[in-house]
Amino acid sequence: MISARAALFLFVIVGVSQPARPDVRFNRDIRTLLAEHCFECHGPDAKQRKAGLRLDERASAAQAIGRVGNSELLRRITSSDESERMPPAESAARLDDESIAVIRAWIASGADYEMHWAFISPVKHPLPALARPKTSGNAIDRFVYERQSQTQLRSGIQADAKTLYRRLYFDLVGLPPDPIDVQVFVDSWNDLEDEAWTATIDRLLASPHFGEKWARWWMDLAHYADTDGYTVDYDRPHAWRWRDWVINAFNRNQPFDQFTIEQIAGDQLPGSTIEQKIATGFFRHTLSNREGGADLEEHRVKKIIDRTATYGATWLGLTIECAQCHDHKFDPITHRDYYRIYAFFDNADEVNIAAPLPGEQERMNLAMAGYRKKWNAIVDPIKPQLNATMRKWEKMMLDSERNPGIDYKRDRALELLGILWGAGRGEGQLEGIRLTRIPPKQRTPRQRERLLEYFVKRGRLGLENEFNALDKSGYRPKITKLNKSLPALSRPQALETAMFRRTTRIFDRGDFRTPGKAVRAGTPSFLPALIDQPEELDRLHLARWTVSKENPLTARVLVNRVWQEFFGRGFVTTPEDFGTRGQAPSHPELLDWLAADLMESGWDLKRLIRQIVASSTYRQSSRPSTTIRERDPHNEFLTYFPRQRLTGELVRDAALKTSGLWDTRIGGPSVRPPQPDSVTEEASYNAKWPTSEGGNRFRRGIYTWIQRVAPYAQFTTFDLPNVNRSCSRRDRSNTPLQALTLLNDPVFVQAAREFALRVLRERRSQSLGDQLAHAFAIAFGRTPNEFELKRLREHWHDRKAAARSEENKRKPIGIPECTLSEWYAWESTAMVLLNLDEFITKE
Amino acid sequence: MNQAGHIDRRSFLSQTANGFGSIALANLLADEALADAPARQRAPRAKNVIFLFMVGAPSHLDLYDPKPELSKRHRQRAPDHLLKGLNDPVVKASPTLFASPRIFEPQGQSGIEISDYLPHIGSIADEICLVRSMHTHTNVHDPAQLLFGCGNTLFGHPSMGSWITYGLGSESRDLPGYIVMTSDSGHGICAGSNVWSNGFLPSQYRGVTFRSQGEPVLNVVNPPGVDRSEQRARIEAIGALNRERFRTTGDPEIKSRIASYEMAFRMQAAVPELVKLDGESEATREAYGLNHELTRPFGTNCLLARRMVERGVRFAMLAHSNWDHHNNLNVNLKKDCDMVDTGCAALIRDLKQRGLLDETLIIWGGEFGRTPMNEVRRGFTPGREGRDHHPYAFSTWLCGGGIKSGTVVGNTDDFGYHAIEDRVHVHDLHATILHCLGIDHEQLTYRHQGRNHRLTDVHGDVIHKMLA
Repeated sequence: MISARAALFLFVIVGVSQPARPDVRFNRDIRTLLAEHCFECHGPDAKQRKAGLRLDERASAAQAIGRVGNSELLRRITSSDESERMPPAESAARLDDESIAVIRAWIASGADYEMHWAFISPVKHPLPALARPKTSGNAIDRFVYERQSQTQLRSGIQADAKTLYRRLYFDLVGLPPDPIDVQVFVDSWNDLEDEAWTATIDRLLASPHFGEKWARWWMDLAHYADTDGYTVDYDRPHAWRWRDWVINAFNRNQPFDQFTIEQIAGDQLPGSTIEQKIATGFFRHTLSNREGGADLEEHRVKKIIDRTATYGATWLGLTIECAQCHDHKFDPITHRDYYRIYAFFDNADEVNIAAPLPGEQERMNLAMAGYRKKWNAIVDPIKPQLNATMRKWEKMMLDSERNPGIDYKRDRALELLGILWGAGRGEGQLEGIRLTRIPPKQRTPRQRERLLEYFVKRGRLGLENEFNALDKSGYRPKITKLNKSLPALSRPQALETAMFRRTTRIFDRGDFRTPGKAVRAGTPSFLPALIDQPEELDRLHLARWTVSKENPLTARVLVNRVWQEFFGRGFVTTPEDFGTRGQAPSHPELLDWLAADLMESGWDLKRLIRQIVASSTYRQSSRPSTTIRERDPHNEFLTYFPRQRLTGELVRDAALKTSGLWDTRIGGPSVRPPQPDSVTEEASYNAKWPTSEGGNRFRRGIYTWIQRVAPYAQFTTFDLPNVNRSCSRRDRSNTPLQALTLLNDPVFVQAAREFALRVLRERRSQSLGDQLAHAFAIAFGRTPNEFELKRLREHWHDRKAAARSEENKRKPIGIPECTLSEWYAWESTAMVLLNLDEFITKE
Repeated sequence: MNQAGHIDRRSFLSQTANGFGSIALANLLADEALADAPARQRAPRAKNVIFLFMVGAPSHLDLYDPKPELSKRHRQRAPDHLLKGLNDPVVKASPTLFASPRIFEPQGQSGIEISDYLPHIGSIADEICLVRSMHTHTNVHDPAQLLFGCGNTLFGHPSMGSWITYGLGSESRDLPGYIVMTSDSGHGICAGSNVWSNGFLPSQYRGVTFRSQGEPVLNVVNPPGVDRSEQRARIEAIGALNRERFRTTGDPEIKSRIASYEMAFRMQAAVPELVKLDGESEATREAYGLNHELTRPFGTNCLLARRMVERGVRFAMLAHSNWDHHNNLNVNLKKDCDMVDTGCAALIRDLKQRGLLDETLIIWGGEFGRTPMNEVRRGFTPGREGRDHHPYAFSTWLCGGGIKSGTVVGNTDDFGYHAIEDRVHVHDLHATILHCLGIDHEQLTYRHQGRNHRLTDVHGDVIHKMLA
């Protein structure tokens, strides 16, 4: 295979004088050369720039580039004088002859610059001709075949119906299919392949379990968890509301632009609904440090930094956090650009909003009348004194905020208010301080009550005399008791426009203690802005820009992630980095075509998914020939479908569904399946793991409570990513700890037992061979081959015999036609099946 | 950089899952490892590491760094220059110098002064290199623990043990290469699994926690009713059927899966054997403090650490919580000292006696130090004072392979406030640790998000005064 660049080199060396000069393309041929050898000192970072020369922009570089025969650049990279030659000897490797020739050809052709590919809007390149008959022939296949034809590689054969069916189940709903459905599908497939396939796609896309599967990668990006993080790691009991919002959004196929707008700025939409506000919970999975000793502002800034990085990685696919401290070294994001994006989030406050679950509001209304009466009865007798003390306490908070360092008790009291407010309820830490800033008359009754509630609990510090004097009336326990009697009203996490506008400043070297120039919120300066933009921008503007035609990144980044969900790797293998140092796409035209098409379709995600799974590329076998395996080892040319281990959540789901233990309910508060207490206790300060009851022990993995300091052990073992940072790509390791989990974890042991029971129930009084084949079909959606059946039968008999010889028997539960030793053999056999590589693999 | 080569290495390494893998395998990897990043660049002095992480930050002023001037000025207002830049409302509000009530005596031949709260560690003073000039750049526990444990104040970076097992692999076929054990003095564990996280390295480099309750490794014990022969029969059947699937699909990942099950089975024997202390003599048990309730938890972890090192475990981390003594220093500090003192000293003596000290590097320390001023967070009660967080000076000691024994490195000012002489930042400590293992800290890199990362970020100097 001859690469474009090598061909170009040959052309240059041989000096072919044909008119058909191969075109030198800046992005393909030149940018990486310059980035690798020159940009460190002559790139976007102003502080590192040497000799004032900048080579990443045409205007600044033009003079140095000149023309062939009169090019300072060429002279310097070819100079034999060591003191002149670039790059200097002590720095990066010298440019080789081939590279120099390419640069010369580029200069000769006019030294055109192109913007980095990802910063140019994607367009629909013309579809290549369909090279092969008997394929779906959709756009995906055409581009894929064209790419293959350049390399003499060819796609493999189509996978068999049963494999495809199971693959599609895992990909669309994250569950293995039932054998009966497999059979129905195979029958209709034999009649009319395409119709059978399309019907299955439609059915699964409409399944309510689709959202359960597809919400998870999005939760990884938001780094969702059910606790605050850090040492103390308090609960966030309402975090799940955002998770359910995501599941719903995927299920009802909310257009991705709207999905984006609501999560970035749902609260700023005119007449926004509670659900749209809950959507902004995307940005509330930042950690809350509820340990003292640090500046409150430092805590707040950390969250804004995390939100900025999470936004950049999720929608722009850029590692913008590099520009927190300095201009980006390789991408054109300036230090200032970073703080312009930061400013959007700087002016958002963490609030929890009243979002009652069905019945809650009614119960609250009912209780409220009595509550207010009782409240007044407690407070009225001491009202003047209480109000005066509260005012004094509030003033103390405000004074400490304005003039810290005068009274340590006062400062400490403010610190506590700013870190402990709403602890255990997942509330925004600064909400309490915000309330103290609202003039008392303007507060709602509920705000007044909440402030008092806090004061009653923690108002003593710095105000001991007044607090204790009031205390004599005995109002505190009464208020506490009264508040406990109030029914719950769910208050999920959200963002809201800052109540008191902040001026964002650029932090010198990224340190919040060294604020510099003020900046206004704005979109990155190297990308086109929206037309007609007002002077002051808010998050809603950022949201609309993010999904606008002007932004070249969002659609590509999204298509790449969706592709990755199916194929295990995206066209760009660095999904979090579409910048100049990220990997170039394997199929740039296809990526662009799909991105442009997605936008044209009104950001219809299910349509994109349908295009992918309908393609022949998706339907390929996962058994590449030896030649293909050697020549396309990383499947860069999509010559086969890669086998992939399931995620930890889906491994759990597969075991639950296979065994029949699965509780199919969708949504609701997070649950804690059984695991030893020590998993949480030995890794945390005071966190507990109160195991859920009943069906909640058998819910899908997506509903498992995520305790940041010590997530559910089975998931950690199966590569749950670090839940404290946005994650674009999960690891897929293969370790003995995974083997130990599947063999010995009580959850899987129980699943194996129930699985065995299910087989015996469903194939009562049938031959062992039939029963084993049925078990096999449940687990893998296919018929065992001769060897497999024989080996299973051997194992079964062997274990039955062992049971007879050993005193190792337990009673079968409700299995009349099964002896003790047979049951023993069945349990063992079921366990073997659940431990096979195929069971936890999408093929 | 060649992405493909990188994936090759990873998928290959995944067969050594969790850093399992024999020396032969490590050798096989050597060429590729050198080309990619890790492995040794210089002759190592140490093979294995035992990291005694004193979580919560023990007071240097009451344990390792005697300050006569501080004693003289007890209860006086701290000099203004010490308060400049201090970012702590609590201490700043009541900046009174607070002498250590401890007695420091010169120990052994070297004459290193160590507090009367650590008599056993004092008795092995001639083996250690005490660094009195440590400093860090944050005074909040979590980020400081991350910096000390992972070289970065942000989440998501690999811990020291992950970097080292990634760089050197493991020499045990039956045990994880990187094991974590925790103990605590009744105040819960501070620092969570982030401190033994693999960060952006492949997850087989995560520290495997050995638990003190129940089975030592989660799911290492067979379920009720399953004996070893039953488990063997299952693994045989799983292996046979997986091999059949490999035959039909050709996916090399299946081979790794088969190997993982074999290793899991070996681990099921090796782990119980490791934690079974019956074979240890009564003298050993007594030396490690196993006969006393207070010293047993940490002492057991120390004894296990020795047994791990004997069995080729590369990195053992013993995290003891919680040294965060904001008040009642005399009582609370004493308790934690009593819990760990015996075990630490016994471990070092035992390793030396068995000829393992030369090839094992031991590190003792917390994430920062504590203020020379007393803290009055809960109202002033004489005798119940504590000390607050202090990042500008603290003490750490090292011992064993490659380390100069019986030495003190660095010094702090008269108040133990600032490290002033031979200052050692946490990054320098990491660079030195890697150096002892034969690794150039600038060469041990991993590509992530478009750039090469290191344990030492872009910092770190090897401190030659610490080296033998």
